Amino acid sequence: MTFIVNILSLGIPFSVALLIASLGEMFNQRSGIFNLGCEGMMAMGAFLGMLVPYTIGQGADVPGIYNYLGLLLASGVGALLGLFFGLVVVTFRAPQGIAGIGMQMFGVGTAGTLFRHFIGGTQSVPGINTAPIPGLSKIPILGTLFFNHNPMVYVAFLFVPIAWYILFKTPWGLRVRAVGTHPRAADSIGIQVNKVRFQALAVGGALAGLAGAYLSLCQVKMFSDEIIAGRGFIAVALVYFGHWHPVKIMAGALLFALAQALQLAIQGLGIDFPYEFLVMLPYALVIVVLAFSRKSQKTGPSALGKPFNREIRT
Amino acid sequence: MTKRFKTGYRIGVILLAIIITMLLGAVILWAIGADVFKTYMVILTEPLKNKIGVTEVLLRMVPLTIIALGITVAYRSGIINIGAEGQMAMGILATTAIALAFPNLPSGVLIPFAILAGMVGGAAWGFIPGFLKAKLEVSELLSTVMLNYIAAQLYTFFLRGPMLDPAELTMGSGTPQSMRLTRNLDLTRFIPGTRIHSGLFIAIGLAVLIFLLLWKTSYGYKMRAAGASERAARYGGINVPKYLIIAMMISGGFAGIAGSIEIAGVHRRAIEGVTSGYGFSGIVVALFGGLHPAGILPAAFFFGLLIYGADMTQRLVGVPANMVQVLQGIIILVIVATKMVLANPYLMQRVESKFAAIAAKRSNLEVQA
Repeated sequence: MTFIVNILSLGIPFSVALLIASLGEMFNQRSGIFNLGCEGMMAMGAFLGMLVPYTIGQGADVPGIYNYLGLLLASGVGALLGLFFGLVVVTFRAPQGIAGIGMQMFGVGTAGTLFRHFIGGTQSVPGINTAPIPGLSKIPILGTLFFNHNPMVYVAFLFVPIAWYILFKTPWGLRVRAVGTHPRAADSIGIQVNKVRFQALAVGGALAGLAGAYLSLCQVKMFSDEIIAGRGFIAVALVYFGHWHPVKIMAGALLFALAQALQLAIQGLGIDFPYEFLVMLPYALVIVVLAFSRKSQKTGPSALGKPFNREIRT
Repeated sequence: MTKRFKTGYRIGVILLAIIITMLLGAVILWAIGADVFKTYMVILTEPLKNKIGVTEVLLRMVPLTIIALGITVAYRSGIINIGAEGQMAMGILATTAIALAFPNLPSGVLIPFAILAGMVGGAAWGFIPGFLKAKLEVSELLSTVMLNYIAAQLYTFFLRGPMLDPAELTMGSGTPQSMRLTRNLDLTRFIPGTRIHSGLFIAIGLAVLIFLLLWKTSYGYKMRAAGASERAARYGGINVPKYLIIAMMISGGFAGIAGSIEIAGVHRRAIEGVTSGYGFSGIVVALFGGLHPAGILPAAFFFGLLIYGADMTQRLVGVPANMVQVLQGIIILVIVATKMVLANPYLMQRVESKFAAIAAKRSNLEVQA
């Protein structure tokens, strides 16, 4: 029983980075942009998020504030990276898959370069600590499971209904879905397709940056080159898995985080089993899940991956 | 539109792309307080100043060329292979297994056998995403990335377990690496005092082979047709899924060969970090080389220079070697954007009419004067 509770209470915070990043990716893909650069944006976010408390936040009167400034900077730069990606794939209409790889290399490389200059080696930050909710966290089992987490965990799960509301209940959400499904029709009623796509990319980038900063400030509390470890790519896959719907994406993020928590818990049990195979587990799970969810691809945004050009009929 | 304007326009766009690449890189260099000009000079000229430097660049050119050739086959067939990193690791494992199992075979037999094994290892790893894409519509971009992570874990598993150097166990340092492989596997180092090995000629030979395959055989024609327009190819009776899988296996196989040759030529044992980003750099080389063997060879030399030069910046100007990854990322983004600009006839017309307007104005002024 405690073993299961342990896994579950580990899995929830593990799911947060995936959840935030894939909600961002969901907005990108709903608008028709396949953003494979998510990994790079997360790396930049992870570095910048940590940079603020590590440099100017050290020895400050209220160090806590600098953590949140770090989160803010990470999402701001993430949004800028999203706009930069938009310049390449929306304005210039470059093929999105290969451009995404470029974005990933650019982000990961820049984060690594800046990290070596500004921080240097393995340095940890106090980061943002868990904030048990008074009263509720005392409930046996449920308290440890749901009410004894980092403040960002609560925020991330609040993002799910917010994302759902924005996507399905606001005019902007409707525009995003329109330009991702039938950009020509959207264009004909006066929606500026490229503008909406840029906006979606900024939102997606900001969330990717925030997800990265969550890793360096709340989960790992340090930065390393391998900190993202493919979470950006898993986040992209989760959007497919979650049928471009926030609630299903949340379920997917939890599933993957549990696989990861299970892997760590098994390692912790000290069973003599090569840990490499356990580390593989989430990645293999992505492939299996993608292989079996192909039918859902037909329900996805039909203009996904297709640049829009007013001047050419398609 | 005059021909002169067209060439001028193309050259102008490409020059602009180069300037933008350098500027974007300069922003990052500026952020870490480095001397921008000096850093670029070190990367681009320092390796070429002596014999060792040039051969080290050529040494890096070998895996880059082979991987980029494989990526070209896949790209031309309409499937993007970003799994070369993992396929290369699988090739290394297969080569190492052969060399460990048959240490007494003569070189003439062992080397081709081991390279072939590396190819099979890589091709098997490339088959998975090819099959998933062709039969189950799984995005190869995601499956190859995931397979990279899985291959990396398999690689450490074998190096820590079944293939671990027995000496490491007794000495107790426990570095995950295989033993020094049999000398019969060694590729000749043909310039004394340097590490450059005969794999360079294999790489050039493979470039010719890929040219012949893609442009001189019906197989290559069908692959390129599948990549150019899947629907048209299908209408023309080409079994597109079959060629996707074949292309991906060739692509993986080439990455595997690159791994074998790195082991046989440079490291002579399986160690960690052999792949060191070659799989991703190969993508940049393939794109930069215009997805053509004749372009890939010089492109591989250029990126070999960049990679080796970036190692030197660490020592000479204090710029981390990660900078090369930044530059590669920027280069990919700029290339794909530039390609679209060049392929846009409307933009060219617009620019031309602007130029024509300016020219007309100027001639008007001259007439008035």
